[in-house]
Amino acid sequence: MSNIVSALNNKAYADGIAEVREIGLQGMITLRGDLASSAVKSAATSVTGVKMPAPGHANSDGQHGICWMSPDELLVLCPYDAVADTLEKMGKSLAKAHALYVDVSDARAVFELSGPHAREVLAKLVPVDLSPAAFTSGMFRRSRMAQIPAAFWLHAPDSFRIVTFRSNAQYAFDLLKVAAQPGSEVGYFKG
Amino acid sequence: MLILTCPCCGVTGEETEFHAGGEAHLKRFGPGSSEDQFEEYLFMRENPKGVHFERWRHVNGCGKWFHAARNTVTLEVYGTYAAQTHEPPADLRDKITEKVPGWTWREFQ
Ligand SMILES: [Zn+2]
Repeated sequence: MSNIVSALNNKAYADGIAEVREIGLQGMITLRGDLASSAVKSAATSVTGVKMPAPGHANSDGQHGICWMSPDELLVLCPYDAVADTLEKMGKSLAKAHALYVDVSDARAVFELSGPHAREVLAKLVPVDLSPAAFTSGMFRRSRMAQIPAAFWLHAPDSFRIVTFRSNAQYAFDLLKVAAQPGSEVGYFKG
Repeated sequence: MLILTCPCCGVTGEETEFHAGGEAHLKRFGPGSSEDQFEEYLFMRENPKGVHFERWRHVNGCGKWFHAARNTVTLEVYGTYAAQTHEPPADLRDKITEKVPGWTWREFQ
């Protein structure tokens, strides 16, 4: 049996103004369908134990969660080992619904960017207002991080989870590392 | 730099989160059309100095297509609206008229 590893195998950088860490294997399932349909909603909520997020938001609890990706798309988070079971359960909920659900865990990479300067490190890279007043806990945003697509939310205070394509993982890591280099504090978000 | 609001997901973002998709409200002519119609559809485009209507895609966001009305001189964005329409909505046209009296663009005014 092959040894399954994430894109960067938990690579971390802790010498800068914020800590950057590839979190390793994370189960991710793309669910597309009519988000107003109760079958689609319950397919996502029953397997994660979190509530359906409002548009532009994410609800997460540890390795479980639901991220609102677009008006007809959710990203369902679950432990990596539980993906097959989760897909099977979702299949039962969606038997009569027009919906698509597919495992994308190995096609993505997930990073954690944490520390008191996490906001300003990310703000250097994305065209999004990340001031504490504008980007609050629970919000989920798909945008770009320098030259690559990226989606992110505040998993905990001062701690972002960032999802990129797996093929962009090294670029994303290097980018975050440069943005977090020692001495690069901006201090813009300090009241 | 343009600031666009995606009518599909509600996100307001700057230009680089989106991708321009060319002129809006083109009518497709295919098999059975005249050569002039086909040429018009394929090659002939507006190049206005002022009010313009375009298709845009929220490429680094929700991925959806939509329409935008903007001014090519001032770069003001008058508004965005759904992709599933053949013409700019009346309220948006009125809003543009308030700012640019007498504007015309193809058959619209
Ligand atoms: Zn959008």
